[in-house]
Amino acid sequence: MGHSIKRKEDARFIQGKGNYVDDIKLPGMLHMDIVRSPYAYAKIKSINAEEALKIPGVIAVVTGKDLEKYNLHWMPTLMSDTQMVLPTDTVMYQAQEVAAVIATDRYAARDGKEAVMVDYEPMKPVIDPFKALDEDAPVLRTDKEGKTDNHIWNWSVGDKEATDKLFDSADVTVKEQMHIPRIHVASIETCGCVADYNKVENHLTMYMTTQAPHAIRTVIALVAGHVGLTEEKVRVISPDIGGGFGGKVPVYPGYVIAIAVSFLVGKPVKWVEDRSENLQADSFARDYHITAEMAATKEGKIQGIRFKLLADHGYTDAAANPSKFPTGLFSICTGSYDYGTAYLEADAVYTNKPPGGVAYRCSFRVTEAVHAIERITDRLALEIGKDPAQLRFENFIKKEDFPWKSPTGWEYDSGDYHAGLQKAMDAIDYEGLRKEQAEKRARGEMMGIGISTFTEIVGAGPSKDFDILGIKMFDSAEIRVHPTGKAIARFGTKSQGQGHETTYAQIIAEELGIPAEHIQIEEGDTDTAPYGLGTYASRSTPTAGAAAAVAARKLRDKARKIAAYLLEVSEEDLEWEPGKFFVKGAPEKAKTIQEIVFAAYTNHPQGMEAGFEATHYYDPPNLTFPSGAYICVVDIDKETCEIKVRRFVAIDDCGNIINPMIVQGQVHGGLTQGIAPAMYEELIYDEDGNILNGTLMDYLVPTAVESPNWETGHTITPSPHHPIGAKGVGESPTVGAPPAIANAIVDALSPHGITHMDIPITPYKVWKVLKEKGVVE
Amino acid sequence: MKKEITVTINGEAHTVEVEPRLLLVHLIREQLSMTGTHIGCDTSSCGACTILVDGKSIKSCTMLAIQADGKSIITVEGLATVEGLHPLQEGFKENHGLHCGFCTPGMMLRAVELLEKNPNPTEEEIRWGISGNLCRCTGYNNIVKAIQYAGAKIRGEELPSTEPEFV
Repeated sequence: MGHSIKRKEDARFIQGKGNYVDDIKLPGMLHMDIVRSPYAYAKIKSINAEEALKIPGVIAVVTGKDLEKYNLHWMPTLMSDTQMVLPTDTVMYQAQEVAAVIATDRYAARDGKEAVMVDYEPMKPVIDPFKALDEDAPVLRTDKEGKTDNHIWNWSVGDKEATDKLFDSADVTVKEQMHIPRIHVASIETCGCVADYNKVENHLTMYMTTQAPHAIRTVIALVAGHVGLTEEKVRVISPDIGGGFGGKVPVYPGYVIAIAVSFLVGKPVKWVEDRSENLQADSFARDYHITAEMAATKEGKIQGIRFKLLADHGYTDAAANPSKFPTGLFSICTGSYDYGTAYLEADAVYTNKPPGGVAYRCSFRVTEAVHAIERITDRLALEIGKDPAQLRFENFIKKEDFPWKSPTGWEYDSGDYHAGLQKAMDAIDYEGLRKEQAEKRARGEMMGIGISTFTEIVGAGPSKDFDILGIKMFDSAEIRVHPTGKAIARFGTKSQGQGHETTYAQIIAEELGIPAEHIQIEEGDTDTAPYGLGTYASRSTPTAGAAAAVAARKLRDKARKIAAYLLEVSEEDLEWEPGKFFVKGAPEKAKTIQEIVFAAYTNHPQGMEAGFEATHYYDPPNLTFPSGAYICVVDIDKETCEIKVRRFVAIDDCGNIINPMIVQGQVHGGLTQGIAPAMYEELIYDEDGNILNGTLMDYLVPTAVESPNWETGHTITPSPHHPIGAKGVGESPTVGAPPAIANAIVDALSPHGITHMDIPITPYKVWKVLKEKGVVE
Repeated sequence: MKKEITVTINGEAHTVEVEPRLLLVHLIREQLSMTGTHIGCDTSSCGACTILVDGKSIKSCTMLAIQADGKSIITVEGLATVEGLHPLQEGFKENHGLHCGFCTPGMMLRAVELLEKNPNPTEEEIRWGISGNLCRCTGYNNIVKAIQYAGAKIRGEELPSTEPEFV
């Protein structure tokens, strides 16, 4: 633990020996391509496959009507809504799957797709989520019996009465309307699968880009059990994954169609979407409209918040939140500050846009929450003319006040917010920057400094509150040590680049004294790995990492018994140091873990179970609450309105650190995924529901040029309830960076009367507001 | 309709019959089963499919297989030699220049040409030099370090530290 050992998984990746879904090639494998709707909302009058079927190599064209015969044309979403696999009569968003073409190779499948003729009758779509709630708005989900509007759900938390009272009487209140734009994970590998149904064995092997293979197996059995695919007949293999970020949690129609076709024709079927399909149809993230309000004393003591949300879910709620939390963990939005009054209310609506609401590198809507609280806190600072760092220092929850009960019901486990912000300010020379800024302002130049001091909530989650489709959100580890002292460990999670093969081995090495290089880590095969809910929401270290530590401790207890037997002493007379037990006061009388493991197979005490294996299913007692203090400096060119991130310092506190190199790598990557929505990325739709930037040519994923040189560091406040004191870090930077950047830009523009800007903040947007204010031509 | 072509990949000559419209990346991945070269987009934006064609880094999704007739290609599978890993492979591993590994082959092959043309690039030259290759995981800091490390190794200079630096 705590060592930057190089990654074990890299050897295959740097030599082209990774094994991603599209690399899988099975004998007789067919290829599938998907016909998609050009309209956001239309009736399907007819689908004519005649010409497509004439193309050499094209075997079949599958429509919703074909799937309907097997009752496979609809499927449940993870939020207990329903989603079409293929439509029988109506398409609900542009790029929706309409029919599937099956062919002997990729090119024939694409030719077939071009030749399928679909006759549509377009209808006027509902795109604006606010208008979707108008009384005269057309009802989109006519498939739902008795549905009379486009409202999905209403949810609230906190004390409404007390909050309203506070806002009526507070010295100072501030309010901003914010949009957290619809964005896409855009992992460099798209989604895909190879469905391999074996008719003789009645067995399906599903190779699939999934972050949650076990949950997928259960979902397949629930959806297709009635046609014979019961759970023991389904094996899901998630091979190497080329980035996930939450986008590979849901079940997309393409997977289900591939399974159905393989089931019907008895041959393996490969489906790999192309990039544009991925951007246009797979689950989006964010798309929250937030009205954020904060109340405070005139001296700047924060007293309460009141947030109202509107969630645009597209045509179905296909988010991937824990069942009891329709807005995910948005209620962490009270932030890092000490006050007791809050009320949040959320409504969700259907529109003619792709479904989703996935947790893109964020523990279920925490990004939206952190953006709102960190922006409105800066807004308060501006209102009362107090330095935003000073305001934060005066309002932080103190480290001695943990565990701390939040007004929305969470119990923060630990934190030292003052130390984090102080470290970030020292690292970036905050005072020096403010002086420089004052000089530049006097000269009419635009420079901004932005702070974000966020609290995350990750590691879902305790079984009393957390489940997905009823399955509790524990996770698991199984450790098997071979006679010669080398081990294999298997997990219910699934790395998509996080480095589990290295960090899990380090945890076991720490607990058991076997060198990390002697521990093989395996994930992603439901036939061999213990059941778990997978990797997302920064949950792998908090749940499966904890399971690894507890399983290893079970083995250490067994090792103590065997050592006592071998050394002929009582267990109490033994002491442990990593790698061996020795007799207290006589360190030369010792047995190494390797000797002990060998004895477990060759000379174990009579009456003891032979072998050296342990499994643990870890049910966390609480979530973990990582935190961070980020400071960003921007310069804005008055002529071009170009925004340059000059410096960005990120101080994270993720508790105890397993591998500093990997933690830093996670922070770097997350920060670039934070600058992306802050300055570049947004999925844009016109009023007819056409996506205006559905390819990588115009959806602006940052390159090495846009991405600044990140400066990172940490403070360490261990989680008191996690077996190794770790908290998880993968998502903190994605969550914490956007408000730091937005706050810096607004700070730069604030002398011109600008109090808020919606992300992504582009040069064009800056030019527009500065022109409105008469600052530029 | 099919045309016979000969391409040399990682030193081995392959004579194959291809459809004129076959993309070079599909020839390499599907017909010749070398799957280290990846596909990340359909608009030649991401660079995951970058290979070397007669020493020049090329996005192999933008080139037809028949255009590679008579050419010599290096893919990620051909980077290492009997002596060991290529300095870029070593640089990426030692500096944590990869997470999921999907962009890595293309990124390394782009950097091969970059370092050949400019053996001692500045950070800014590296960042512009790899701006045709997208990485969604690493935030690029460590990719820059990996390329600097490989540059030092190729130049025969003392290798920079691979320990992570913290503020």
